Amino acid sequence: MWKWLHPYAKTEQTYFLCQRLFPWFAFLAVIALLTGCVWGLAYAPADYQQGDSARIMYVHVPTAILSMSTYAAMAIAALIGLVWQIRTADMAVAAIAPVGAVVTLLALLTGAAWGKPMWGTWWVWDARLTSELILLFMYLGVWALYHAFDDKQTGGKAAGLMAIVGVVNLPIIHYSVEWWNTLHQGASITKFAKPSIAPEMLWPLLINLFGLAMAIGALALLSLQNEILRREIKRPWVQKLGEQA
Amino acid sequence: MNPRRKSRLTGVLAIMLLVAGAIYMVLSALSENMDMFLTPSEVIQGKNGTVPKQGQRLKVGGMVIPGTVTRDEESLKVAFSLTDTGPVVRVEYEGLLPDLFREGQGIVVTGTLAAADLVIADEVLAKHDEEYMPPELAEKMKGIKHVKPQDATY
Repeated sequence: MWKWLHPYAKTEQTYFLCQRLFPWFAFLAVIALLTGCVWGLAYAPADYQQGDSARIMYVHVPTAILSMSTYAAMAIAALIGLVWQIRTADMAVAAIAPVGAVVTLLALLTGAAWGKPMWGTWWVWDARLTSELILLFMYLGVWALYHAFDDKQTGGKAAGLMAIVGVVNLPIIHYSVEWWNTLHQGASITKFAKPSIAPEMLWPLLINLFGLAMAIGALALLSLQNEILRREIKRPWVQKLGEQA
Repeated sequence: MNPRRKSRLTGVLAIMLLVAGAIYMVLSALSENMDMFLTPSEVIQGKNGTVPKQGQRLKVGGMVIPGTVTRDEESLKVAFSLTDTGPVVRVEYEGLLPDLFREGQGIVVTGTLAAADLVIADEVLAKHDEEYMPPELAEKMKGIKHVKPQDATY
């Protein structure tokens, strides 16, 4: 069942797979983000309570949701790296961490920019905001731990373990708004019931969500390619690539 | 799966379970302090058997009861009543209110408990719900008419 995956344990195969996939991800990301942002920021109706300020959700909600999905992806790579001891998976962890950190930082910054006019404050220490801040620290920790070791084999193992342990934070972030009294409102679309958002506002949001997912994928692919080159610099196939360039 | 991989997988899963267990215990021990605010019922009737003392700093979150907002003509002083299901807490505040402050709106105030049911607030934050819809739909569904803050009548 997983036979088709085996060749990609070789860094060379993964490198060229990334190269082939990148244009698709980049293309879909640009198209979707352009459509979603123009639709959401210019054409979607304003909110009945918050007016035009609610439009920041077309940026905030995708970054917030995907900051968690990206972490899950990183943790899966870490699990594969630890259990099957595949070096490429460790490199993927190191490649995804900075991308995820940027997305989380964006979620926090856009959230603060939304909080100021609506709630009346940039930041409160409620459970949702605090757990999202911890997610940022987890990303930075995984990234720093990986680079703290000269021996990347050890670094990959340590970073992978930290990434897996941090998964515990994901359900806490998601359910924080239900378990505790928070200033942050509950979930509008990531729940099993019907979304609490009008369809003409939901569509641009979903398009942006897809577009940002593709953009994160594209960035992670580039980042993984760089990490592979950095670690395999002495291999003949990398030397050959260098000669061609 | 060969035995070495299996043992590594169980090792990793065991670590995860241990960490999850530890965090669960930490969170349940802290659970009463994790809430950002008390509800008006908790201020009056107490939470887990402890009623907040007068002079204590606290955060109270509840809904502004329509018709209870009174403003001072000369200053920025404003007073309103908060409720969740029954008991009512009166709030006095001097300063700018957030744009979303309206009658019937969820509000979180930070301040000092001056009497059993009176909070002198130094910060008022608005809490909004997770429903987003255009104004026309809101008027049709909920009978809420969107009023710009400067046009509010209270």
